[in-house]
Amino acid sequence: MNVPITVTINGTAYTRDVEPRQLLVHFLRETLNLTGTHIGCDTSSCGACTIMLNGQTVKSCTLLAAQADGAEIMTVEGLATDGKLHPIQEGFWQEHGLQCGFCTPGMMMAGVQILKNNPNPTEEEIRHGLEGNFCRCTGYHNIVKSIQYAAKKSAAM
Amino acid sequence: MLPASFDYHRATSVADALGMLGSLGDEAKILAGGHSLIPALKLRLSKPAHLIDLNAIPELRSITRQNGHIVVGAMATHTAVQTSDIVRSAVPFIADLAGSIGDASVRNRGTIGGVIAHADPRADYPAALLAADATVVLTSKSGSRNVKADDFFVDMFTTALAEGELVTEIHFPALAKGTGASYQKFSHPASRYAIVGCAARVTVEGGVCKNVRVAFTGLTEKAFRDNGVESALEGKPANEATIQAAALLAAKSIEVTGDSFADEAYRRHIATVQARKALLAAVAAATK
Repeated sequence: MNVPITVTINGTAYTRDVEPRQLLVHFLRETLNLTGTHIGCDTSSCGACTIMLNGQTVKSCTLLAAQADGAEIMTVEGLATDGKLHPIQEGFWQEHGLQCGFCTPGMMMAGVQILKNNPNPTEEEIRHGLEGNFCRCTGYHNIVKSIQYAAKKSAAM
Repeated sequence: MLPASFDYHRATSVADALGMLGSLGDEAKILAGGHSLIPALKLRLSKPAHLIDLNAIPELRSITRQNGHIVVGAMATHTAVQTSDIVRSAVPFIADLAGSIGDASVRNRGTIGGVIAHADPRADYPAALLAADATVVLTSKSGSRNVKADDFFVDMFTTALAEGELVTEIHFPALAKGTGASYQKFSHPASRYAIVGCAARVTVEGGVCKNVRVAFTGLTEKAFRDNGVESALEGKPANEATIQAAALLAAKSIEVTGDSFADEAYRRHIATVQARKALLAAVAAATK
């Protein structure tokens, strides 16, 4: 039996009937065509599908779409405002924080969570905060620098 | 990967959930944080006809202090326990443990009640509940009953939960002055599950160890208290030599299960290392 849900994603409310077994990441990508959120391991290890749900990062491969009823979601598509990059996006650009780019949407959302909890994190705190996000290009050094850039940029704003 | 089909039910109160559990019976599974259950559904290791979601029950999220106990609602997330001032001030090692589970995004969803009801032999909380002398509150339509952690963990993925019951609260006695506790683990580098974890609680009185409780996770089919280590330290001076001697007895009387990542001998060795670290940290916290 399908379940009616209403979810606000990047400021837009969407009402849809979902199959109970539909995963949130498939709802985002396939039902709403928000393909910025990636599917990597599909087992809640790699973090490619990381999004913000009610202000906290979650792995959208390990939540049912039905569970998101009433929630506020932000995906990577919601980071930029009025065509202006979010500091975390600018950081990844300036510091070469991506190679193949597959992990990048999840990395950026994890970065947003790190800076939300702690606007001025140490390098170690950033690395600890990224434990749930894998970069198979192993480009972690520049990802850390990108988040440090975003922290500085946000502090200056 | 998609789970097999099921019907989804969102409970909005404990009574609501118990009603659903009563009418749907063993066709239903309880959905807490979902970070063990949803992967199992996707692999079709579990194919329930109904899921009862507890995430919309605010009363299960509360963390309070009541008569010297910290009462943690079953649906408190690991992030909520990690960042709770109430937990941090009364049982700091539980807050530290919560902050060491999985990763930040997993901690935002995973719940203490889900972990203990699932009773994965590699989970962190069960050993800590045993060392903390915690009590689990199980609620059914006919009321609630309290089960000591010592009696709650029965076997691999098996607990004292009866049909029609939910885990609703976990009670931790606040650590009194002179009592310290610690949880130390060696994690698998990818999954972050404990290969071996050790929780220890010690009271130090006049330089002597009392009421020693030591429990392990990751060694066998369930978390267990190690009476060998406990009795070796009970009544002994709280110093490095006695702790080291007691830690070396870790898991002596237990059949340890190895796997391709960590065989039996390696796990036994890691158990002695984690026991030493946990006991030293517990004694340091007790004498601070």
